[in-house]
Amino acid sequence: MHVDPLEKKWMYVVGFITVVMVGSMTYAAIKMNLHPPSNVEAIDPKTLHLSGEFTEDKLGATTNEDGSITVRMVAARYSFYPQMIEVPVDTPVTFRITSPDVLHGVHVPFTNMSTMVVPGYVSEVTTTFLKEGEALFLCNEYCGLGHDYMWSKLKVVPKG
Amino acid sequence: MYNNSKAVAMANLWVAFAAFFVAIVLGLYQVVNRSGRFPQIESHEMYFASVSTHGVLMGFVLTTFFIMGFGYYTANATLKRPLWNRGLAWVAFTVALGGTVLAAIPLLTGHASVLYTFYPPLKAHPAFYIGATLLVVGSWIWCLEMIMSTVTWKRDNPGQVVPLAMYGTTANAIMWLWTSAGVAIEMLFQLIPWSLGLMDTIDPGLARTLFSWTLHAIVYFWLFPAYIAMYTILPKVAGGRLFSDEMARIAFIMLLVISVPIGFHHLYMDPQQSAGFKFLHMLGTFGVAIPTLLTGFTVLASLEGAGRLRGGKGLFGWIGALNWKEPMVVAGMLALFMLIAGGWGGMINASYQMNTLVHNTQWVTGHFHLIFGGTTVIMYLATAYYLWPKLTGRRIASRSMAVMQLWLWAIGMLILTMPWHVLGLLGQPRRISSTPYDSPLVAQWDPHELAMIAGGAVLLFSALLFVLNLLLSHASKTLDRVSDDDWAVAVHPPLSVPRSMNGFALWNGIVAVWMVVAYGIPIVQLLILDAPGSMPWGY
Repeated sequence: MHVDPLEKKWMYVVGFITVVMVGSMTYAAIKMNLHPPSNVEAIDPKTLHLSGEFTEDKLGATTNEDGSITVRMVAARYSFYPQMIEVPVDTPVTFRITSPDVLHGVHVPFTNMSTMVVPGYVSEVTTTFLKEGEALFLCNEYCGLGHDYMWSKLKVVPKG
Repeated sequence: MYNNSKAVAMANLWVAFAAFFVAIVLGLYQVVNRSGRFPQIESHEMYFASVSTHGVLMGFVLTTFFIMGFGYYTANATLKRPLWNRGLAWVAFTVALGGTVLAAIPLLTGHASVLYTFYPPLKAHPAFYIGATLLVVGSWIWCLEMIMSTVTWKRDNPGQVVPLAMYGTTANAIMWLWTSAGVAIEMLFQLIPWSLGLMDTIDPGLARTLFSWTLHAIVYFWLFPAYIAMYTILPKVAGGRLFSDEMARIAFIMLLVISVPIGFHHLYMDPQQSAGFKFLHMLGTFGVAIPTLLTGFTVLASLEGAGRLRGGKGLFGWIGALNWKEPMVVAGMLALFMLIAGGWGGMINASYQMNTLVHNTQWVTGHFHLIFGGTTVIMYLATAYYLWPKLTGRRIASRSMAVMQLWLWAIGMLILTMPWHVLGLLGQPRRISSTPYDSPLVAQWDPHELAMIAGGAVLLFSALLFVLNLLLSHASKTLDRVSDDDWAVAVHPPLSVPRSMNGFALWNGIVAVWMVVAYGIPIVQLLILDAPGSMPWGY
């Protein structure tokens, strides 16, 4: 098979680009422990409000023994509950979110807090907020005619 | 005369472009609505019915019918024999069109406002799911037609090289069969029985996983005809030759093999699949960028050759020397430009880590409008201008209007999608009809929304010119001679190619194994985990 020498050079360039990109992502995954949210855990959307981890009194931020924060939330039409969350800056925060109704997605602009929320599953994302101030949780997956209105507040406050 | 598919090809093409035009009008309505500047027209019900219809028409109807029509013409014109079974081609058309109409009724009346991805547990009227399934079934009959046309030709022409355009078309048909299986399983075993009330609950995580099986390669189903036109029509129309026939075959094969088992880059943020398989799919996703990068080289090299044959000198002189009065040349160059811009955006979406920053923001919507609405659709439009004279025996009503229309299409698409990408980076979520958020971000978004309206208006005007030109072309001057031999000739026309580059047995085997690896455990895992399912929800 005949391959033009210039095309051969281009194939090496393409190979190089691919190796650099895949290499950096592999490095970031293995060495920097950067992964998309990947906790696989089932839960019953029909009864999660009645007992267990996601009853209303258990929602919100709790401080763990090592100083990190766990925030339990429910995504349901049309807000994220609790509707106002306060977390300290520069502290690892683990969000555990689930839905009793339909698909939702949530992201906080300019941070790497982003996850889908699929009924039947608990989503878990761990991140650290680096900037103090007020931010929004925005629903980013179509969940019905009120999807535009689905948002809640996040306050990142000084430590301690 | 062997060309017995002109009528069925034309029927498919007109359904495609009629759907296209309706969808464009809806698109402009949507971008105007979302800007918030015209409260009189705002309505959540209408907006989401519009988005659902727009997505189905553009993503499923325009594409499938265009691909079928182009395929029938290609089979006749390259294999130089009648279609394997013309009656079946009409059956395919009827089933697909019937399905489309069946789905359109609930879509247009607000009973299927579940968007073109129809993720459960939001539920639409069952007629929507059944109609969509029929559209896919019709396309499967077309696949059979393409595969059998090639198989019977090979049997009657042993040892001969399958013409490149037909090799690509058959590769596309095979790839579509592999990838549409995912959404077909989702439809037949989940959505249809569940929407009919035969099943109480379904697992939305499994539904998303099955849909992701289809979701990536479907965009290559759409893109293939654009690449086929770039490889087998554009070089000749530009006055040159195809730089390499073999590299084109390799690109087609790589697209067939790699594009199906990589759907999890659509599920990076999902909780029902784990990091390991997401990482595996990421590797394949970066692999599928390779045939596109190779295509860019081969097509640009072919165009450079044409430009230099026309007297272009110097590093870039060949660009100006190309025939910019020829619609296919204009479309090809603009498509390549948008492919570069949209392709790099795609690499960010594909990134295992960076996807977090853009997932489900308007960046994604901007991206696929650029790469699909831009690169792919502009090639569809140019291919229509190429096909019309061959199917009608008449010249295009206005070549200069065609050229202008294509420029306007690209310009409008860039005006529409560049601000759209920025909106995503500024955090605007997808699939919203308004921005009632208590945040200073909303004011930052506003100028970009306005710019997008301008883009949408230009696109509507361009689409009008396109449809008008095609309509008028049915009554224009007849041509003395219409050739079915306007296919590009390679610089080194292959006298023979290895069996693996003339057929698909090996590649089918590889896809089968790779699919088991990439999707086997993830699907079985969900069946074992048996997460409590969801009842239907309205919207």
